[in-house]
Amino acid sequence: MIDIRTVKGAWEEMSLDDRAGREVEVAIIGSGPAGLTAAIYAARANLHPVVLEGEPSSTSDQPGGQLMLTTDVENYPGFPDGVMGPELMQRFRDQAVRFGAQIHTAKASRVDLSEQPYGIWVDDATSEDPTLRASTVIVSTGAQSIMLGLDREIELVGHGLSTCATCDGFFFRDQHIAVVGGGDSAMEEAIFLTRFASRVTIIHRRDALRASKIMQQRAFDNERIDFMWNSVVQEYLGESALTGLQIRDTKSGETSVLDVTGCFIAIGHRPNTDIFKGQLEMKENGYLITEPDSTKTAVEGVFACGDVQDDYYRQAVTAAGTGCMAAIEAERYLEDLHSRVSSHP
Amino acid sequence: MQDKEEGTVSGPTITLSATTFDEEVNSSSTPILVDFWAEWCGPCKMIAPILEEIAAEQEGKLTVAKLNVDDAPDIARRFGVMSIPTMILFDGGEPAKRVVGAKPKAALLDDLAEYL
Repeated sequence: MIDIRTVKGAWEEMSLDDRAGREVEVAIIGSGPAGLTAAIYAARANLHPVVLEGEPSSTSDQPGGQLMLTTDVENYPGFPDGVMGPELMQRFRDQAVRFGAQIHTAKASRVDLSEQPYGIWVDDATSEDPTLRASTVIVSTGAQSIMLGLDREIELVGHGLSTCATCDGFFFRDQHIAVVGGGDSAMEEAIFLTRFASRVTIIHRRDALRASKIMQQRAFDNERIDFMWNSVVQEYLGESALTGLQIRDTKSGETSVLDVTGCFIAIGHRPNTDIFKGQLEMKENGYLITEPDSTKTAVEGVFACGDVQDDYYRQAVTAAGTGCMAAIEAERYLEDLHSRVSSHP
Repeated sequence: MQDKEEGTVSGPTITLSATTFDEEVNSSSTPILVDFWAEWCGPCKMIAPILEEIAAEQEGKLTVAKLNVDDAPDIARRFGVMSIPTMILFDGGEPAKRVVGAKPKAALLDDLAEYL
């Protein structure tokens, strides 16, 4: 049998179909800062990582992750003038590819972590054989923003309701729009949207923001931004396109109508861990549990990094940091595994 | 996310502008799928290569065209585009199908199935 590790050309051109039945050393699921940093390190360690980067979408569950829907990233070290989120992720990706990471635009639909090599399915989760088998798996599927879950939410997306301020802000020039949420993401979106909108109302369910001090101050200082405190959106108004929001005051219980043509939701995130249910340990909120000071999960050879296991820091730079840890831990694990195999033939 | 920047992809899609839009859409011999996009939209860049593939594979049955909303905001407004990417399929010059948001190739082809 040909050792595919020595046939570089063949390896590079391999499609997912060609991979069927072959085993890879490191499979990385997810392609945000964590997954791509893991890919850079694993590739440089000659582990030929295969990355399932996800599929196109207008939500943050997509190749490149949450940064694909942001504009200026001002806190990523090494970019003193800031960098656009999609550009930063393109750079991560280019760097991983440069060292030989194999990136497939495909989404993992199922995993089998019950025995090594672990199985990973793409597309049809019901087929008998996995698309890919891997000695180690690095889980970096991240988190995605959550919606309000109100009636007609899905059908109004693209008709005034938006999941992507950077994509859609342009269409709300000189209009009054709303941003729902009280964290950094909500402030960032609101501030960004004032480039277009004449007025941005931030709707927050509490009487104080959760956002960092610097972002709060920027929002408070912005003349185009005002706030509705202790308020929740109860209903989307409008037939074919959004014309307003019905708001309920959580203190008084009174309802009112806010006439807006656009609404952007930034109320928080949930981890993309559905396919790991019953196989990897999770907190109650669905985030994966790793050993302290490590990316190891309870399953041998399976590592988790980035936002999928972090409900506290949630930064690009911490995700990249844990991605590096996961690759190094996978490398050491594979070394141990190979030395065990060779000493017990 | 793809290796190439949107502007450098040279494939079988055609590029529309504010001045050519009406003529191209009205005179197209096949249904024409117009992708409303912009340089600053991450998901738009992600589906750009998919649209090139579809244009090549469906040649003769479907024309795939791109309209930069920065250059043609009035046309985007005329068709009520409030989110990009939005893809509108025109059949006989009339909008017949609308797809909002980036999605995988198979899902996009499903959406367009009745016109292919």
